[in-house]
Amino acid sequence: MIEINNIEWLHGSMETLNERPLVPFADEVIEELDALSKALMKDPASRQYPDVVTFAFFCRRGNLMKLREVFSCQSSVIRLGWGVVFHIAPSNVPVNFAYSVVAGLLAGNTNVVRVSQKQFPQVDIIVKHMRATNMHRVAVVRYPHESNANEVFSGLCNVRVIWGGDATIETIRKNAIPARAFDICFADRYSIAAINADKLTENCILNTEHSKTLAERFYNDTYLFDQNACSAPHLICWLGEQDNIKKAKEVFWEAVYDYAKAHYQFQDVMAVDKLTALYKQAVAMPTCEEQTKNNLLRRVEITELPCDIDTFRCAGGYFTECEVESLDDIAPIVTAKYQTLAYYGFEREELEAFVQRNRLTGIDRIVPFGETTTFALTWDGMNLIDKMSRIVSII
Amino acid sequence: MMDEILEIAPYSLEKEEKHKLLNARLQELTRVHYNTCTPYARMMDAVGLDVNHLPDYEQLPFLPVRLFKELELRSCAAEDVVKTMTSSGTTGQQVSRIFLDRETSALQTKCLTKIVSAFLGTQRVPMLILDSSAVIKNRAMYSARGAGILGFSMFGTKRQYALNEEMELDIEGLKAFLDEHAGERIFLFGFTFMIWQHFYKKLLETGYRPDLSQGVLIHGGGWKKLAQEQVSPAEFKQRLHEVCGILPENVHDYYGMVEQTGTIYMECECGHLHAPIFSDVLIRRPLDFSLAEIGEEGIIEVVSMLPESYPGHVLLTEDKGVILGEDDCPCGRKGKYFKINGRLKNAEIRGCSDTYAAGFRR
Repeated sequence: MIEINNIEWLHGSMETLNERPLVPFADEVIEELDALSKALMKDPASRQYPDVVTFAFFCRRGNLMKLREVFSCQSSVIRLGWGVVFHIAPSNVPVNFAYSVVAGLLAGNTNVVRVSQKQFPQVDIIVKHMRATNMHRVAVVRYPHESNANEVFSGLCNVRVIWGGDATIETIRKNAIPARAFDICFADRYSIAAINADKLTENCILNTEHSKTLAERFYNDTYLFDQNACSAPHLICWLGEQDNIKKAKEVFWEAVYDYAKAHYQFQDVMAVDKLTALYKQAVAMPTCEEQTKNNLLRRVEITELPCDIDTFRCAGGYFTECEVESLDDIAPIVTAKYQTLAYYGFEREELEAFVQRNRLTGIDRIVPFGETTTFALTWDGMNLIDKMSRIVSII
Repeated sequence: MMDEILEIAPYSLEKEEKHKLLNARLQELTRVHYNTCTPYARMMDAVGLDVNHLPDYEQLPFLPVRLFKELELRSCAAEDVVKTMTSSGTTGQQVSRIFLDRETSALQTKCLTKIVSAFLGTQRVPMLILDSSAVIKNRAMYSARGAGILGFSMFGTKRQYALNEEMELDIEGLKAFLDEHAGERIFLFGFTFMIWQHFYKKLLETGYRPDLSQGVLIHGGGWKKLAQEQVSPAEFKQRLHEVCGILPENVHDYYGMVEQTGTIYMECECGHLHAPIFSDVLIRRPLDFSLAEIGEEGIIEVVSMLPESYPGHVLLTEDKGVILGEDDCPCGRKGKYFKINGRLKNAEIRGCSDTYAAGFRR
């Protein structure tokens, strides 16, 4: 075995990777995750970080048993983890590494995860409790670019999970994996939202607090991760009666602005970024700037949806809006790059019919506002448990 | 219009007069670019500018300088372009492309002459370039640095490079040049960091002490690297004085950019950067782009009367700065005077797309 240079083992060691695979949702894995969940919940440090609390909540026994229930209903064959899963976590979403590992564990694997060089308190807290609860089948490592660790772990893994977008995927793929091994890649994606303005105006009349709740959810979908998570909507499609759209836009954006003003850390350079984005977009397509209170929120209106709209985006609160007659009007621009459709005011049947009728090549997730970043074992159109376990057929 | 304006002394107009001139010229340029540069017209339409009722120049929409890296922005026919200027980006970056026709190029030269003469006098004098002769010869190095040297070379009669092609001090060449021009005023030009690294430090090292007590130094290129070495403008001048006798009041930094060549902002004897009548500096609050008060830091907007062949007359930079005052600098020059506080910090962006941050890394 080649020696790994410049590596820091935050939890576990090379020996950790010698464990044999398990069946998906094995009792011992659920026990250990539940113990981790309890430890995190008890730690006052966790409470400062809503993303850590959400993760702890995901790992509690009740939730995992529910997921096991769903899994066993769908799968009657014998499955086992592939063996060792090597995860490369993204540098900018602190808790993502932990979800990736949990998926690997639940599928029955032993895991080694590389966390970012960037220090995050959330990572420290979770790793601290992984150690304290003596979690098996997980090794957490940190190393700089010049380390040979990518090469070593790639060479021994059965599955490699790459987060962090197209550039990271390209870099990591320079390291060979064994012939039978394969990659699960999370590439750069584009996400959109659709709002039924008729429903929105109706609900806002019934309940004056409604717009505030909605704004908070939308904030969590977008600003919370600087509108740079793959699941963060950039394009907002409005449907409904003209009058209602006008009213709904006013109410919605005012509430979003107010919430962002109170919660978002605006960075000066974003003012320039957004103005640049606006002008680039104006050159490429008929664009009309919508007045907002200030640079915290930038809105531009377009009248037609061009097929390259996904390239006109900007982080930190920049939204393109378009009024459409029906959901079907969105279908022509949807490519494999599209990940999440966040919706407000649509029925499940409508959405199902929209997907089936238009035979879309993109959009893997259709979720209500506020749920775009919620982790699920099905991500980017893949059932991660199925992907990360193999079927043993006995006839 | 510009012919008359260029006859006015660069630092002679009071606020109201200058404002009137700027309004007339910048509105004229806005109309020109709107009618001749389609991308510019689309941008102005997007922000709802009424080209028939243009506002005061302080309310004209500004283009981020970064746009010139991403788009081809031209207000003249492609065949009328006589020169394309590029910014000095570090390797791998996109560079700005600025298209000059004969008129704009001539305006830049005239304007630069007016400004520099106000500091150097109208006589051309021997010129010592504090850089390597290789900068001009080597096309790969030829960018803002080469263009800067060439641009300023028109103020020199005889020209001498202080550094040889290996970036070493050419002591023999310097001695011969200074002997020949003993007692004469000498114009020195260079880039701030190059001067510090390859001229000042080498003089210190070699012990050679040229007599540049008659020298006037104009230097530009920014303080970023010197700030990292903790060298202040005052110390820069003092240390140079110690090794070559140049008087601190004869050392002038300037602020300028390839996107608005010609209208540079010269540092006066009091250490303040000055806006000439051909251009102006506005400070914008980042959150809402409203105008900042005197003394309040913000993003620097620069306007210039010169750009006719490209829509670069009203630009938002990525530099931070402060207006120190207007029409009342102790040096006697009229117009706004200000200082630069460095560049805007790159955004710290969360989210799973790592590539975004990479794209904006400088």
